[in-house]
Amino acid sequence: MSLRTRSDSNVFWTTLILGVLLAVVALPTPLLPFKPFWLGLLVIYWALEAPERMSLRNAFLLGLLGDLLAGNLIGEQALRLTVIAFIVLRLRSRMRFFPMLQQALVVFALLLNDRVVMLMVRAFQGSAAPDWTFWAAPVTGVFLWPWLFLLLDIARARVRPRES
Amino acid sequence: MPSPGNDTSPLFAEADSSTLGLVGFVLLAMVLMVADHRGHFLDAIRREAAVLAGPVYWIASAPARTGRAVHEMVIDRGRLTDDNAQLRQDLLLAQARLARLNAVADQNTRLRELLDARTRLGLKAQLGELIDVDLEPFRHRVLIGLGEGDGLAPGQAVMDSRGVLGQVVEVRSDDSVLILITDPGHAIPVRVARTGLRSIAYGSGSLDSLSLPHIPFSAGVRVGDTLVTSGIGGVFPAGLPVGTIVQVEPDDSATFVLAIATPAAAMARSGEVLVLHDERLRMVGTDGVALDFAGPPEELATSPTAISAPPDADRRQRPAP
Repeated sequence: MSLRTRSDSNVFWTTLILGVLLAVVALPTPLLPFKPFWLGLLVIYWALEAPERMSLRNAFLLGLLGDLLAGNLIGEQALRLTVIAFIVLRLRSRMRFFPMLQQALVVFALLLNDRVVMLMVRAFQGSAAPDWTFWAAPVTGVFLWPWLFLLLDIARARVRPRES
Repeated sequence: MPSPGNDTSPLFAEADSSTLGLVGFVLLAMVLMVADHRGHFLDAIRREAAVLAGPVYWIASAPARTGRAVHEMVIDRGRLTDDNAQLRQDLLLAQARLARLNAVADQNTRLRELLDARTRLGLKAQLGELIDVDLEPFRHRVLIGLGEGDGLAPGQAVMDSRGVLGQVVEVRSDDSVLILITDPGHAIPVRVARTGLRSIAYGSGSLDSLSLPHIPFSAGVRVGDTLVTSGIGGVFPAGLPVGTIVQVEPDDSATFVLAIATPAAAMARSGEVLVLHDERLRMVGTDGVALDFAGPPEELATSPTAISAPPDADRRQRPAP
């Protein structure tokens, strides 16, 4: 069990590092609005599959890291990720047995809700209302979700036997 | 595949996703946001975090850098030769133009001396490179590789070879954050070069447009008019190109016109930028002093000459580096 936990933890940390990098990697300007909320997707995955790793506190800390790197208001991503983690941890027992399509729909709802939270933070900050491209990222996110889910499951399944 | 978690004690999971925990973290996040937004209590934390952020940005911008390097490597020789020839020609033309401009500038200085006007302001600029990372798509901020060590300070104007790009908002040890003029929260005082009308160009949130609301109908602003900085406000020196008007239409109240302009600078492209160092501008601050700038002759012809003189009026022109 400890081996399993350790190898899992390698995957966990690798995905977090990659997620943080992907969050700031430059994309060509036309693609910018379609950049998915990588940290959000990761929080959903780990809260779903290994809730002992993605606790509310860890989601909050990951958000703080994202805030510092993205240079936005400190606490914004922390708030968004905490909300995502909370909802997933609550729905977890049901969500895990959903078929992929239904699960993707829940993820889409989560990402849309996240945008609403972001909009509220922006309103509080006094920024102008964003245009329609603001809603493009959840769509990209939901299309990436099944692939991300499968990829991470495969990665975890592969790492496990090699080490044991 | 997911196995029913025998290593997750339900008690722990339950406690961790408790509503109380959520409320606690949400409150904490809100306190942080308010502290960051209202005061600048968290600036020190940001500064410390920059040490950590540097390597992350470096790795994250690696793909873009490699891409550019590979592109430069595989670019064919014929194109390079063509480019070279074209650049030589451009350089010749630019030099010729510069020589003429120098003569005009000399003449201008003499005339000003005759008129007993102040020596005009020289601009000192520093070359910086944009770092290829996305800070956030909806706030037009970019990162440049110049920081405190290079003498940067918040409020400095930044331009590229075509026009004004934005200004420095946050300076860290090795890099700085710029706000672009197209950021929805940014406003830049401008002047219509043809008519001399002063206005303010607001960022629109899209990289290719600026909006100028509340222009009187009688001002006669037309499509194709160029906008330059007016120098009011003390951040941007006067006479730098800002953009071109592409659309003029009456606003909802039908009392004013709303003009849309495209920025002169290449906002979406990465590369090198110029950070302007201008001590007098910073000392003058935001007293709304119009300053003149060594621009092309037609600029000087229309630029305002009635200037309230700051105390250090006799400062000599600094040589450009």
